[in-house]
Amino acid sequence: MKYFGLIWKNVWRKKIRTSLTMLSVLVAFLLFALLSAIGYAFKSGEDVADAERLVVINKISLINPLPMAYMNRIAATEGVQAVSHASWFGGYYQDQRNQFAQFPTDPYEYFSLYPELKMPEEQLDAWAKNRQGAVIGREIAEQYGISIGDRIPIQATIWTKADGGRTWEFDVEGIFETDDPRGSTAYMLFQYDYFEEARAFGKGTVGWYVLRVEPGADPVQVANAIDMQFANSPNETETSTEAAFAQSFAKQFGNIALIVTLIMGAVFFTLLLVSGNTMSQSVRERISELAVLKTLGFSDRSVLGVVLSESILIMLTGGLLGLGAGWLIVQGVSQSMGAFLPGIYLTPEAMLTAVGIMIASGVIAGIFPALKAMRLSIIDALARA
Amino acid sequence: MSDVLATLSGVSKVYQKGKEKVEVLHNLDLEIPAGDFIAVMGPSGSGKTTLLNLLGGLDKPSAGTVEVGGSVLSSMSNSQLSHWRSTNVGFIFQFYNLLPVLTAQKNVELPLLLTSFGSKERAKRAAIALDVVGLGDRARHYPRELSGGQEQRVAIARAIVSDPALLLCDEPTGDLDRETADEILKLLQILNREHGKTIVMVTHDAQAADYANRTLHCDKGTLEAREVA
Repeated sequence: MKYFGLIWKNVWRKKIRTSLTMLSVLVAFLLFALLSAIGYAFKSGEDVADAERLVVINKISLINPLPMAYMNRIAATEGVQAVSHASWFGGYYQDQRNQFAQFPTDPYEYFSLYPELKMPEEQLDAWAKNRQGAVIGREIAEQYGISIGDRIPIQATIWTKADGGRTWEFDVEGIFETDDPRGSTAYMLFQYDYFEEARAFGKGTVGWYVLRVEPGADPVQVANAIDMQFANSPNETETSTEAAFAQSFAKQFGNIALIVTLIMGAVFFTLLLVSGNTMSQSVRERISELAVLKTLGFSDRSVLGVVLSESILIMLTGGLLGLGAGWLIVQGVSQSMGAFLPGIYLTPEAMLTAVGIMIASGVIAGIFPALKAMRLSIIDALARA
Repeated sequence: MSDVLATLSGVSKVYQKGKEKVEVLHNLDLEIPAGDFIAVMGPSGSGKTTLLNLLGGLDKPSAGTVEVGGSVLSSMSNSQLSHWRSTNVGFIFQFYNLLPVLTAQKNVELPLLLTSFGSKERAKRAAIALDVVGLGDRARHYPRELSGGQEQRVAIARAIVSDPALLLCDEPTGDLDRETADEILKLLQILNREHGKTIVMVTHDAQAADYANRTLHCDKGTLEAREVA
């Protein structure tokens, strides 16, 4: 720590050069923060998935529906404890920018399958009694200022009504929360019966089934048993764990993890070239000063440490500023666009990884100039001064 | 002045220049008593700076031994030499060699970073050293804000701040006008007479050499130490 003043002063020897280098580091880690948060948003479904919950979808693809008639047959399958269903509604609230997910389902069955969702019993009962009732997540309620008792219009983008209308109206009967900090509440649930009755097409179908296996039952065997039942039928099924379902859902948008890795790889490669060049120039232009330090008694290792610390300090200063800016942006996006991109979150693990990358990049960018400084011959360097 | 601070015995130094070997010092024997002030004069390439480098543990002899303050420098490792330099010797260069990014105070504190002193103690000792050289009021100035003479005074303060017994000066007045040079030389004389520092000063300037207790003369490419005063 006693060398910190010397290191800090050396870092700011050329203010413009250091500022530009730090700016490039800042941008790199801002990008890292944003991409990490987006990547997490796509992956968050997997993280909150329950190992004992299985999802049954049409074998062709998620967008192909399954007959409602499968419900009882799935429920009767050995090892199945409870089953519910949901469908993708795809509407928006008031304005096209206000997009969040809506799912028609069965009130009691759905909530029994998702015990992490918390809502007062009387609100659940009120929803179950009202055919046009709906319940919304806390995030939606706060973002759009919706309260219990409000009647909200949802504009359908897929499901037109039998009367040709696209506006579906719902009575908000409850607001649910989740006790899983990684879980999202940025969606709305409404009664399947209303959906089934009012929609113009697709009657008698659902998007997918969700089920819970009995304690002790083997989820793989249960999944196989379900798929076997519907093999060679017009609507074959594919049953998987909730995590695998979330993963395949996210993959519809592309391999997010790979895209993030490739972008970050290119960014950090460029960053290493920029900061490595800065450190090389910095050492080259003060050879005599480094020789003076050695003359005064600074050991080879001390000089190596000083130069390496300068490189790490540049990375940490720019990187932490970038990470901080990224965190602020993610917080802002989470609050203003949480419904559109639920689960966007900069995890502590991502931040620790970023700090690790800052230190590693600092070492890689600074190691060759630092070794040059360490191996410097005092006599030669002073003679050149 | 009876105690011997530094002894060079049979010291030779050979440099390799391309395929050619150049012997700068040849079988040199020299004793430097503690508290002495020696001026070393001679033409360029005669080995004056090499002699300073050997006495300061910056270089090792090709043959012979160099002993300073009871330590045999010629047999020490590089890291041992670094540590030895930090407490036993102060260097004063022709072009001052201050770090431009540090204030006078922080430049003087540099050698103390290698000690176990805390920041307050370092600041206190640096302030005393600056007072000794008459620059207590310039502590917060950067080298670019000081005159050449003032920069050299800061360099002297840096050389004495860790209280070494030996000061090695390589053309300390070579970049200064006559008047300023005399001030610096008087300061070195005070450090020698009042603070007991042993000083070895390389110079081309005969007037500068007059401030020393004695002068050694180098000649003919190899060093021939002979007392001329």
